[in-house]
Amino acid sequence: MKELDVIQKRLLEEVADLHGVPAGAYNIRANGEAAGRVSTANIEIVPKENGTGIDIHIKAGTKNESVHIPVVMTKSGLKEVVYNDFYVGEDADVLIVAGCGIDNCGKQDSEHDGIHRFFVEKNAKVKYVEKHYGSGEGEGKRILNPGTEVYMKEGSTMEMEMVQIKGVDDTNRITTAELAKEAKLIVRERLMTHGKQNAISTYEVKLNGEGSKADVVSRSVAKDNSYQKFDAKLVGNAACSGHTECDSIIMGNGNILAVPGLEANNVDAALVHEAAIGKIAGDQIIKLMTLGLNEAEAEEQIINGFLK
Amino acid sequence: MLEVKNLTFKVDADGVEKSIINNVSFVIPDNKLVCVTGPNGGGKSTLARLIMGIEKPSSGQIIFNGVDVTNKTITERAKLGMGFAFQQPIRFKGLQVLDLIRLAKGENINVTRACEYLAAVGLCARDYIDREVNSSLSGGELKRIEIATLLAKSSALSIFDEPEAGIDLWSFQNLIEVFRNMRKNIKDSSILIISHQERILNISDEIIVIKNGEIAEKGAKEDILPRLIGTNAAVSTCRKLA
Repeated sequence: MKELDVIQKRLLEEVADLHGVPAGAYNIRANGEAAGRVSTANIEIVPKENGTGIDIHIKAGTKNESVHIPVVMTKSGLKEVVYNDFYVGEDADVLIVAGCGIDNCGKQDSEHDGIHRFFVEKNAKVKYVEKHYGSGEGEGKRILNPGTEVYMKEGSTMEMEMVQIKGVDDTNRITTAELAKEAKLIVRERLMTHGKQNAISTYEVKLNGEGSKADVVSRSVAKDNSYQKFDAKLVGNAACSGHTECDSIIMGNGNILAVPGLEANNVDAALVHEAAIGKIAGDQIIKLMTLGLNEAEAEEQIINGFLK
Repeated sequence: MLEVKNLTFKVDADGVEKSIINNVSFVIPDNKLVCVTGPNGGGKSTLARLIMGIEKPSSGQIIFNGVDVTNKTITERAKLGMGFAFQQPIRFKGLQVLDLIRLAKGENINVTRACEYLAAVGLCARDYIDREVNSSLSGGELKRIEIATLLAKSSALSIFDEPEAGIDLWSFQNLIEVFRNMRKNIKDSSILIISHQERILNISDEIIVIKNGEIAEKGAKEDILPRLIGTNAAVSTCRKLA
């Protein structure tokens, strides 16, 4: 394995909670090159022939194993598009940790566009965690445009946790999913933008199978002059149930656009959307002040709790 | 010790100046439990909020343990040793009961210690410590958690704005015990309770009756309470429930 520098190690900690070499299968990508790759008996990581990414094959029945595929970038001006495909076998139960950290101290923009496709076979269970983080004082932007496509077979479950709390200047995230009979998708997105950052998050979830379920919940905070757009569309093509929720706090000159979208093409599709945007409630700040916090500390606690 | 001197709070109601609190003065000595009662709309809650600094008085002075806190912020008063339990506790999305208790305590106490405060207000700590302080909790549960945060804060002056509101009969007795234990456990502390409840008035040392923003009566419980029983200032629990 290629030795990572101090900044790259710090980014790895931020995006994948990794303090060293992970247990289980992993692929670490640093500045556009593979910095380490390990397959296990049940999880095989194979580079694509055209060099554009990796294929991850998880054998049927694999239980309680994990795959880490973090990306770290510390070179200013680097732009890359990576395609990673996950094939999750029947009845497997795995944890997949992705995530990208960019440290840009230079003048040029750094950009990582990771396109992840998940082919989840019957009754498989996947927990997917994706964290994004940016740091560095350079003028160059830190840009992340993740694309996620999920194809879920009968009875499969996917739980996605998407977190972007700090330092990413520009994000355009597109997530699509197609659910077969009895498949279940849960998404928990947490997003904070500050400065002049822009973040767009778009979901389109097609509930194609009878008894399929989707629950897409986003909690976000837009500070300073940042902009966010949350565009979540559920399409009910069968007797299914779907729920999306966008709950946001705006501060300063923050700007948030929530676009609810529900499309029911079956009389038994039950779809619900909730959206709420507002500033921190004054009485919440007052309550924490009566416990001895000042106004800034109170705001910080409220936001930390909200994004927890 | 809390000294309230000539406190007045006026608001502008459609261009007409209206006194909500008018020239109110009283003293709460250390180790005393004082109840403020009186008819609804008389200014009791406003008085409590003025003392905590949530509202700013039009004139008058508030002295707390020798320090003039009239122009001090809520935070400063809290740090000087005031605590406040809201009539309608505030909900927070995401913040957990444990977070709130730790913030009240001012240190990252362990779960076992935090649970003691919940147990003291009659909540099964294990079931609540990780709960979010959001709308999944009932009014009564929130109220007890609010009181638990005040226990954790362990203030020199604890102010309770209608602590019995939303509390069921069983926990009513528990609430009385909470106040008794607070007196015992927090050295040289005093307690100010806004309440109409005869059973709460009955454990006080002194009672202040506020009517139309002014003090109508004040004195030892033994003198004041017998005159209040049967009026709106001191209702029995069953009557209030009915």
